[in-house]
Amino acid sequence: MMRDLYTQVIMDHYQRPKNRGEIENADIEEHLLNPLCGDEVTVYAAFDGDKVSDVKFGGRGCSISQASASMMTERLMGKSREEAEKEIKGFKAMMVGEKEFPEMDDLAALKGVIQYPSRIKCATLAWTAFQKGLDDRG
Amino acid sequence: MYDVAEIRRDFPILERQVNGKPLVYLDNAATSQKPRRVIEALTDHYERHNANVQRGVHRLAEESTAAYEGAREKVARFLAAPDATGLVFTRGTTESINLVAHAWGRKNLREGDEVVLTESEHHSNLVPWQLAAQATGAKLRFIPILDDGTLDMEEAERLIGPRTKLVSVIHSSNVLATINPVERLAELAHENDALMLVDGAQSAPHLPVDVEALGCDFFAGSGHKMLGPTGVGFLWGRPEILEEMDPFLGGGEMIREVHLDHSTWNDLPHKFEAGTMNIAQAIGLGAAVDYLDELGMESVRECERRIGEYAYRRLSEIEGIVIHGPEKDRTGLVSFSLPDVHPHDLSQLLDEEGIAIRSGHHCCQPLMRRLGVAATARASFYLYNTEEEADTLVEALVRAREFFGAFA
Repeated sequence: MMRDLYTQVIMDHYQRPKNRGEIENADIEEHLLNPLCGDEVTVYAAFDGDKVSDVKFGGRGCSISQASASMMTERLMGKSREEAEKEIKGFKAMMVGEKEFPEMDDLAALKGVIQYPSRIKCATLAWTAFQKGLDDRG
Repeated sequence: MYDVAEIRRDFPILERQVNGKPLVYLDNAATSQKPRRVIEALTDHYERHNANVQRGVHRLAEESTAAYEGAREKVARFLAAPDATGLVFTRGTTESINLVAHAWGRKNLREGDEVVLTESEHHSNLVPWQLAAQATGAKLRFIPILDDGTLDMEEAERLIGPRTKLVSVIHSSNVLATINPVERLAELAHENDALMLVDGAQSAPHLPVDVEALGCDFFAGSGHKMLGPTGVGFLWGRPEILEEMDPFLGGGEMIREVHLDHSTWNDLPHKFEAGTMNIAQAIGLGAAVDYLDELGMESVRECERRIGEYAYRRLSEIEGIVIHGPEKDRTGLVSFSLPDVHPHDLSQLLDEEGIAIRSGHHCCQPLMRRLGVAATARASFYLYNTEEEADTLVEALVRAREFFGAFA
């Protein structure tokens, strides 16, 4: 049912996203297109040593992709590179049903997306962009 | 005119329920549903006649060949082609255009030559030409669209000139619902000794087509968008041009004589049909064309014009909606944007109510950029859709908006 997919948490992140914007001279600036639907996201991150000191995202997309990007920025803020990669890997595993969603966490709101295979790519778009940014940074 | 309520009974899938609601299928520009007669043509072929075509001398091979070649005749007649010599079966419009881009383009395009397309092409009539241009050094030029989605014909007259070798244009847009003046573009092309290709993917299912009257040299189409099975489409080409072209794919059936170091080619249209074709699907397309012929394409056009206008009018009543494309002279599809609901979310909410629409870039990314949107929602109607279904769509859109508004 729609209430399982479009939860209050998702709609809050969609309509009042966290960390929406740009970072000038960012260490990571990765633009990614969802070829399925044309949605696009740009992920920015600044590092302080090994730690993510700031994360922002821009672009346009559906509620799922925007909400997931917003949640990601909160999740990765302050993490080390290794921790960030672990988070991304873990989230992708959750989205294919290989890992449990954390309870009492906004991410759990994305659980409903699993039932809609065509939307999983929406949810993982920003996370894939962040990983790509890390890879490109070397 | 046919009775829509009556012909709906010919389409078994229209009895389906989705999420407990009657299916309202409005994704016809992506693929149409199939009448029982087409489905039966497939099973009848496999249950009674199945054999490979052209080469066998046994009974089943004769029957299959006659049915396959009969389907070719039907499609050629449907396009008002003088005969079936220039009618090549392909996998669909995409393959048809790739065939021309390879077999004609690689042979005839040179550095300094130009291929003229439009800003509103489907990727299938853009990417093959990008590849051909890369291989030959030819340039692509694009006829712009005006803000209402129609072609800027003044600019077309300037763009099509002595360097132009080919004009290749969609007959009807899968996003804007426009019907392009391809007759005039063909004249402009021919005045400059260029050829004219018409991408008929969105026109052949909906409008009467007469390749002679259009004045085109190539006409490409997809069977599955016009009640036929997937896996089959066609390219009609002027036989004298097809004759001069190189083959596209090499293999069995397209040859006359094969030596270890060289080969010669079969007669048209077989020269372009390498390997075993989608025989059952071609026969199914023949049955689809019979069905369309019986309804009459003039009637199909008239019914779709009415339902298209009705849907356009009803949708435009929704506050804040933006409908892409012109107000008049449209086909039966409507692309739109609602300011506060993303098209992807919209189609998910409509699916809940059994309504199938499309959201996304519709394989027209450059056009999306021109329209200044990442994606649109699209409801595309066909000959079996009713005004009640358009009403159902509008009511569901209003509810979807309320649903999203409730979180704001």
